[in-house]
Amino acid sequence: MLEKVADQARRAAEAASGRGGTPAVDISGVAEGVTHGHARQGAKTVFDLEGLTVSYAAKPAVKDVSMGIHENEITALIGPSGCGKSTLIRCLNRMNDLIPSAAVEGHCFYHGQDLYAGEVDPVEVRKRIGMVFQKPNPFPKSIFDNVAFGPRVLGFPDVKERVERALRSAALWDEVKDRMDSNAYGMSGGQQQRLCIARCIAVDPDVILMDEPCSALDPISTGRIEDLMLELKEQYSIVIVTHNMQQAARVSNRTAFLIVELDAEEDNRWGQLVEYDETDKIFTNPSDSRTEDYVTGKVG
Amino acid sequence: MSPRFPRLTSERTSLATAGAHAAVATSLKKRPGSDTVKGQIFFALLLFAVAIAMLALAAVILQNAIKGSSAFGTHLITDGPSTIFPEKAGFRPAIIGSLYLMAGVILFVVPIGVGAAVYLEEYADGTRWWNKLIELNIQNLAAVPSIIYGILGLAFIVRGPLDLGFVALAGALTLSLLVLPTVIIAAREAIRAVPPSIREGSLALGATQWQTIRRQVLPASVPGIATGVILAISRALGEAAPLLLVGAATFVTFDPQPLSGGYSALPTQIFNYALRPQDEFKVVAAAGVVLMLIVLLMMNSFAIWLRNRYEQQW
Repeated sequence: MLEKVADQARRAAEAASGRGGTPAVDISGVAEGVTHGHARQGAKTVFDLEGLTVSYAAKPAVKDVSMGIHENEITALIGPSGCGKSTLIRCLNRMNDLIPSAAVEGHCFYHGQDLYAGEVDPVEVRKRIGMVFQKPNPFPKSIFDNVAFGPRVLGFPDVKERVERALRSAALWDEVKDRMDSNAYGMSGGQQQRLCIARCIAVDPDVILMDEPCSALDPISTGRIEDLMLELKEQYSIVIVTHNMQQAARVSNRTAFLIVELDAEEDNRWGQLVEYDETDKIFTNPSDSRTEDYVTGKVG
Repeated sequence: MSPRFPRLTSERTSLATAGAHAAVATSLKKRPGSDTVKGQIFFALLLFAVAIAMLALAAVILQNAIKGSSAFGTHLITDGPSTIFPEKAGFRPAIIGSLYLMAGVILFVVPIGVGAAVYLEEYADGTRWWNKLIELNIQNLAAVPSIIYGILGLAFIVRGPLDLGFVALAGALTLSLLVLPTVIIAAREAIRAVPPSIREGSLALGATQWQTIRRQVLPASVPGIATGVILAISRALGEAAPLLLVGAATFVTFDPQPLSGGYSALPTQIFNYALRPQDEFKVVAAAGVVLMLIVLLMMNSFAIWLRNRYEQQW
């Protein structure tokens, strides 16, 4: 059932109009240069979060998040440490299931289907919604076997073609085509992360989730991966968690800003969504003063 | 030196600087305080402990090598035992018996041990009381004296429900029970060493838990598991006590069969020779000890080499 919905969505995306233009915008005090902050008008939503609340062992980590993530766009989640960005993104592909004490309330709709409904198989969810982690985690196998792992376990017949296509899409093919059988651990950090992205793409997901993909990398690798993201969003929808708001300004179409809330006795802390809008607006003319304080660097 | 200031001041300055340097140099130099001495005594005690361990091993090897040197020869391996001619006494049936036992142990211990370890690490909810009980049980079983396993084997494998009789298979099963806890613990350590990021990476691609275990976790933990299995087998090779109870009849002259007839093993055969009154047989026993030590050292070295060569640096 999920397959049909995803296929419909993909066909609709192919028929949708292109993205808007991006004039140079001066984001005072934050970043200079071009942003990709214009969201496509009328773009369909891939995810619809309604009142999503995640708790670990009955303590809330993020409360009451409602937002829509749009197709073929890059959506950034920014905010201070501990505001639940990673927890939120892990909800989108049911990775929080791996944590026994995690409990999810509210709804997370993927192309209209509630991901946390009883009959939904998390394995099927993860086939369509891939994830790239903060620290590159290539498997202790060869480069070819790393990228081929997904297609093999999912039973795709054309493994070799998929591997080449994925490595080309991840801008890694030219660097590794002569050493496909060498161990993946021999690559640099930036290459390993691109390998993880290639591995994710090889199974043709619908959405790619990225949890701080560049935080462990040097600036040059970071730049390459950001360029890669901008290319990839033509085909996939990308959600990225980043603690680097300039990165969000550089690459994303829409940005969601979360903060940490404390309760009266300062015992519990949880994340709350403050503002979610087009990136341009968040960085130049935010509606909430807390957003403005964060993006201008008044608070950390 | 600045020309603007009078010579007197610069002399004072240089004296003060020299004094400061000397004070720092003195304070940084090693002083024989009580803590330093304690550290040296501690270090000496550690060296002493290592020396005792090495000396004990060397003593065993040397004593047996010297005593048994006259009996060395290929006949040790090719000839059967003899009560009459110590010059012709060999260990052949015992060696074959030990080989059958080791093969049996590997056959039983690897699937059961690895399976139990996979269950405990990947599927079991560690907070449930019954899983905690299983863990406690396994740790304790690893420390139970081997003779108890002999009694267990006699009661349930040789007689009792399995009723196999005094055959090599019974001995193999008994030894498997003996080393199973060790293998489970070693396999668990190997599986636990695989970082969660590898499992997460696999699951995030849409693999099932079983696919992740079979294609990522187990292949990555094979070196650790193999090392544990080899060490367990080398322990099983040297156990005499349980085998005495499950029928490693200490005097077997024919080549044993796995499922029928009597059998013996290296340790029990050595035991038998050592008990004989004649001195010549004691020489044969010493030669057997050296033979067994060589095999054990080879196996353990192989296990260590395997671990060093294939160990994954995460």
